[in-house]
Amino acid sequence: MMRGLPVELNNHMMMDKNQLNDHREVLLRYALLQVHNHAAAEDAVHEALLAALQANDGFRNQSALRTWLIGILKHKIADHYRTTEKHHSLEDHCDNDEKDPNEAIEQLIFNDKGHWIGTPSSWKQPDHALEQNEFWLIFDWCQKNLPEQHGRAFMLREMVGLETEDICQDMNISHSACRVYLHRARLGLRECLEQRWFNSKRSL
Amino acid sequence: MKTCKDISELLSESMDRRLTWRERWAVRMHFFMCRSCQRFQQQIDFLRKTAGRYKPKD
Repeated sequence: MMRGLPVELNNHMMMDKNQLNDHREVLLRYALLQVHNHAAAEDAVHEALLAALQANDGFRNQSALRTWLIGILKHKIADHYRTTEKHHSLEDHCDNDEKDPNEAIEQLIFNDKGHWIGTPSSWKQPDHALEQNEFWLIFDWCQKNLPEQHGRAFMLREMVGLETEDICQDMNISHSACRVYLHRARLGLRECLEQRWFNSKRSL
Repeated sequence: MKTCKDISELLSESMDRRLTWRERWAVRMHFFMCRSCQRFQQQIDFLRKTAGRYKPKD
C-alpha cells in the first residue's frame, strides 16, 4: 500500500465530483444524527473531508472508504462537542435514550397468535409517492417519530449504508439488539406510511 | 409452523444478511398462503429505496 493519499480516495476526491458529493451527503446524514444543528454538522463533514485529504493512513479496499470517512467524521464530531463544551458525548447520547420502547410495537402489529392485526394493505403506485413533496414530509415525520434508537439504527443502515456489524459497533449494542431495532424500525415506518400516506391519500 | 410475526422478522433480516436455505424455504412456503407477508416484503423494499433517496432537510 502506498503511503500518502490513498489511491481510492484520491480518485474520489479528485476525479469524480459526483462520488464525492455522494460521500458528502452520506457523511452529512451521519453527522446530523449526532449533531442536531445543520451548520455544525456541515462544518464537521467539511473538516472530515479535509482531514481525509491530508491523511496518511491507507485502507484496504473500496468498501472500507465510507467506514474510514465516518471514522474521521466521528473524531470531528467529538471535537465539536469538546469545543462547544456540551456535556453529552456520543456515548451519553446513546445511553440517554428513552426507556426501552421496544415492547409496544409488535404488540400493536401482531396478535397473540403472531398474525397481523391490521394486515398490510396494497400500496397503490408507491413510486409515484417519491415524486411528491408531501410524501417526503410524511416520511420525515414518520422517521422522526420512531423510538430514537430504532430510527438511528435504520438511518445508519439505510441512509448511511453501514453493515450491521458497523452499526453494532457505532451504537455500542449487541448484534441481536441491532437486528431487533432494525426490524422494529421497519415495522414502525411501514405502519406510519400506510396510515398517513397510502391509506389516507384517498380521502385527500 | 412459522407465524407472520416470525416471517416478518426473517424478511427484515433478509435485508441485512443472506438467509439460510432453511429460512428461505420457510419464507417461500409461507408466501404460498399469505399475501400480507408478501406485501410486507415489497413494502420494506420500498422503504429501502425511499431511504436511499432521502435528503436531510435543514
